[in-house]
Amino acid sequence: MLAVITNMLSMCIPFSVALLLASLGEMFNQRAGVFNLGCEGVMAMGAFVGMLIPFLAGHGGAVSEWYNLLGFAAAAVLGAVFGLIFGVITVTFRAPQGIAGIGLQMFGVGTAGTLFRHFVGGTQSIPGIPDVDIPLLAKIPVIGDIFFSHNVVAYLAYIFVPVAWYILFKTYWGLKVRAVGTNPRAADSMGINVSRTRYEALVVGGALAGLAGAYLSIAQAKMFSDTLISGRGFIAVALVYFGHWHPLQIMGGALLFTLAQTFQTIVQSMGISFPYELAVMLPYVLVIVVLSFTSRNQTTSPTALGKPFNREIRT
Amino acid sequence: MPCSDSFSIMDKIRSLRMEHITKRFPGVLASDDISIDVGEGEVLALVGENGAGKTTLMNILMGLYQPDEGRILINGEPVRFRGPEDAFRAGLGMVHQTYMLVPNMTVTENIALGLGRNLPKRPGHLDLKAVRKRIEEISQRYGLAVNPDAYIWQLSVGEQQKVELVKTLCLGAKFLILDEPTSALTPQEVDELIALLHRMTDELSIIFISHKLQEVKALSNKVTILRHGKVVFSGNTDDYSSQEIAARMTGHEIVLPKNKGTGQKGDVVLSLSDVTVMSDRKIPALNSLTLDVRAGEIVGLAGVSGNGQRELAEVINGLRKVESGSIRFFGNEIANKTPREIIDSGMGYIPEERNTEGIVPPFSIKENFVLKDISSPSFSSWVLVDGKKIDSTAEKLVKRFDVRCPGIDTASGSLSGGNIQKVILAREIERKPKFLVAVYPTRGLDMGAVEFIHSELLKLRESGIGILLISEELDEILDLSDRIAVIYKGSVQRVLDRSEATPDRLGILMAGVQE
Amino acid sequence: MTKGFRIAFRCTIIVIAAIAAVLIASVILWLIGADVSDTFFTIVIEPLSRMLHISEVLIRAIPLCIIALGISVAYRSGIINIGAEGQMAMGLLAFTGVALAFPDVPRPLLLPLALIASMIGGGIWGFIPGILKAKLNVSELLSTVMLNYIAAQFYSLCLRTIYLDPAEQVYGTGTPQSMKLTENVWLGRLTGRLHYGIIIALVLAVLIYLLMWKTTMGFKMRASGSGARAARYGGISVGFWLAASMAISGAFAGLAGGVELAGVHRRAIEGITNNYGFSGVVVALFGGLHPFGIIPASFLFGLLIYGSTLAPSKVGVPANIVQVMQGIIIIVIVTAQMVLSNTYFQDRVWRKYQALRKKEG
Repeated sequence: MLAVITNMLSMCIPFSVALLLASLGEMFNQRAGVFNLGCEGVMAMGAFVGMLIPFLAGHGGAVSEWYNLLGFAAAAVLGAVFGLIFGVITVTFRAPQGIAGIGLQMFGVGTAGTLFRHFVGGTQSIPGIPDVDIPLLAKIPVIGDIFFSHNVVAYLAYIFVPVAWYILFKTYWGLKVRAVGTNPRAADSMGINVSRTRYEALVVGGALAGLAGAYLSIAQAKMFSDTLISGRGFIAVALVYFGHWHPLQIMGGALLFTLAQTFQTIVQSMGISFPYELAVMLPYVLVIVVLSFTSRNQTTSPTALGKPFNREIRT
Repeated sequence: MPCSDSFSIMDKIRSLRMEHITKRFPGVLASDDISIDVGEGEVLALVGENGAGKTTLMNILMGLYQPDEGRILINGEPVRFRGPEDAFRAGLGMVHQTYMLVPNMTVTENIALGLGRNLPKRPGHLDLKAVRKRIEEISQRYGLAVNPDAYIWQLSVGEQQKVELVKTLCLGAKFLILDEPTSALTPQEVDELIALLHRMTDELSIIFISHKLQEVKALSNKVTILRHGKVVFSGNTDDYSSQEIAARMTGHEIVLPKNKGTGQKGDVVLSLSDVTVMSDRKIPALNSLTLDVRAGEIVGLAGVSGNGQRELAEVINGLRKVESGSIRFFGNEIANKTPREIIDSGMGYIPEERNTEGIVPPFSIKENFVLKDISSPSFSSWVLVDGKKIDSTAEKLVKRFDVRCPGIDTASGSLSGGNIQKVILAREIERKPKFLVAVYPTRGLDMGAVEFIHSELLKLRESGIGILLISEELDEILDLSDRIAVIYKGSVQRVLDRSEATPDRLGILMAGVQE
Repeated sequence: MTKGFRIAFRCTIIVIAAIAAVLIASVILWLIGADVSDTFFTIVIEPLSRMLHISEVLIRAIPLCIIALGISVAYRSGIINIGAEGQMAMGLLAFTGVALAFPDVPRPLLLPLALIASMIGGGIWGFIPGILKAKLNVSELLSTVMLNYIAAQFYSLCLRTIYLDPAEQVYGTGTPQSMKLTENVWLGRLTGRLHYGIIIALVLAVLIYLLMWKTTMGFKMRASGSGARAARYGGISVGFWLAASMAISGAFAGLAGGVELAGVHRRAIEGITNNYGFSGVVVALFGGLHPFGIIPASFLFGLLIYGSTLAPSKVGVPANIVQVMQGIIIIVIVTAQMVLSNTYFQDRVWRKYQALRKKEG
């Protein structure tokens, strides 16, 4: 029993990384006032490109770690480009963000699937990246397995949580991002370029979503498929609400949802006969339940979220 | 000043000229060949009706809008401001009418936002200590006390204005632009502000926008009057009387109608007792508020905005939950009834935000006329909409209320503020209400529209309808009301008869001082 | 500004938008080394070359049209329903349930009963996000997506368990599917596989037109969608109409499932929803959220969807390309709409144009 729980909890950290990165990215978008529902599509593109590079380099076999790194880098760049595209659509042209995000999601998922069929074909696995035991700490029983025996990217992602907090609350850029997401007119009157700041946040958010996708394909699944993302991008968006646009709370949310996702594995490993489908449903149901409790009376939300800014139109 | 080097910008502004400024918006010529001129230590009052183009002109000066034609000269040199940051650098600073502050940030953070790149900083680091020091310097120098750690949303309107002034001065302003700085203040606060600005003219030049002539006389050396985007007059303030300036402002003599009625009061028709209501932030917005309005009288509700006016109007109309207390309307309890039930019981309502609460902007004028009554037998039978009846009613109302529009199928959102307000007024009056709640009914309208709306309100009163008039314009309240209630922090401070009310007395009550 | 200029401005923007859409799609095609013009020919022109193909296009246009009609009702009421995929699945389940439970009830009774069941199934699935939005302010974009995943899992679960074809239990090929449904729930066919669902879709389009523009309910729904605050101040229960419009929207998606089952598949299998729910959003937007625009739009997208199934074998382009195109089309439509409604931009272009004319003449 203890072994099962340890096993489950030790999966929690590595499996939560994609959600964590994507929702931190979405947090920057939303803090700047842009609701990017295209996250799912950006993750799909990141996952595909991230996997493609090590796959092509090693023809499916072992590759140097540098190719994995290159995969991550390419995914981040591609994600940033998608962020930029979304900026053109929603910041420059001021298209309604919700429906434009759905468009970006379709485009991203569709393009990833199309390119995947052409460049890779069927299900092909890549070697992925190894787990690294942190010296000494990893030897602690139970705790070591849960916290200190994961791949490098997982550690980095968690280190990024306080970094994101610092960026948001302790730097001038973070101040600008929060201002344009709350009162863009005020920011504008103080000489801050609202559009530029939103673009920057979108680029950062896109890059993080791309990384999140690449993590899924390179580190977690070690392959790509059309259903790899399966709603994680949307869950990431929901997590931002759940986490009240705050990095630490978002981290908590990412862990909670990962726990729900690993539920299915536990059920199987404990030999309980429980319909597989119901176990898979759990995180999705959880999103709805959680949103039902947190969506009302959001006083912390960036008040200009979802509203395009136009200096010349008075409201 | 020891620290000011890093912020020091450029020399004094000895003269500022805007020459032949023209700016077009779709369908509007907002500035039409405007020239103004301000010298060192001078105070220019920019006067004109709402919509005359004052704010647009100042936004051009601050680089927020680009003029289509014309140029700006500082100390004789032409300058071009691509954005507010350029204007700051040249030493200009503006306090906008709606304060440009981020509510969920502290005072220090807000000012740091404006200081931006001028902050002495390590790369990426936000040096709030330096900002705080700067704030303290400015506060002391000008006698403007602000708490640097307070969040903006915790501050009153008057305090926020101080923050705005400190912010502008911290940014190094040597030339202040103030857009209707007194509109949300009590008469006493206005006096304080004028005294403060007087002191500042030792070091600064000021342009201030206003349509209140007492202030213009009290503060300015020069006055420029705009009408429909054009300069119609400019001269030295002392050479002209308030009446002369007023006449030039509207272009023709408008005497706003006054309530000359006598106290032949009817029964109490709307009666609130001990009503407590929460604001959106879940703090009490109305605190055991008690107020009666009788048939055939106008009760004016005076108060600094943000003291529960919005919540009061909403709660009467069923748009906000009553926590405790009762609201009786013609003897029936209406607390926590639905808006529909309250509308059907004869309540009329002119809401605060005419564009988002009064009309559905993409809907045509005729659709907005029937917004509240689409299901009534006058406009539909069973579930089918009766287009012909709607058209004929709409044609009639457009004529009767003189709504200037291309046709009844025009989208209401494309009309001017005054015409939108006429559409709302027409709808409410056509419904033959038994009572009317009017919130800021003339905010931002030109004198012609104000006159029209005031006389319609008085007509309603004559016909025996009770009106609760919520306004921030004391003149409007004094002109129209039979009785005046002063609201402060969600409670009625005092109810005065019109004969006992003076601006000063109201101002003291509005500031929360018990008599 | 002259009327001629306005029309020219509109047309130019629309043409630019169309060119942009084609260009972006071409880039993707070029990336996978496909012959761009051949691919477009295969997807857009070839299906029109034969009657058989055209009827296949129409078969796909039917569920698209019904779903898009529902989505347009919700959209105009201020709520974006991207959960039609899940609502359709629930409609399929309800339809199948009725058909399996009462195989002996005569057709004139059973078919309408099953179709109504499919509407109720989808309607409930649409009502949930509607009421969550109205009462708890839950973003419908997120809740409907989540409900899609939940419905998909639930659908699989049902096919694998309670609806499983008894023959599968005996022979056990492991295909999760129901038995062939009783003929009493079949919709008749006009020609080939083309079924009477097409009549249902056209009738529904007229009904939606009447609902939205000729009844008080439609007025209230449109008011809620165009200015929720003002509608609430005007005594319209915005929350109620939000939930109602989502229930209608869901019911239409459910019905699309029922019609698809009754007309085409006639047994519940995996993959019937075929992304119609998402495509429906594109059709609704492309049709200008108006029933009489949705009819031609659903034909066009039926064409794209069917054409893309031909693409893998004919030009070696994966069928996912249709999803790419739909994404591009959504983005281009919403962007172009913003440009068209930007009076400031139009004004600036007008002045530039005037300045140019002055110079020349």
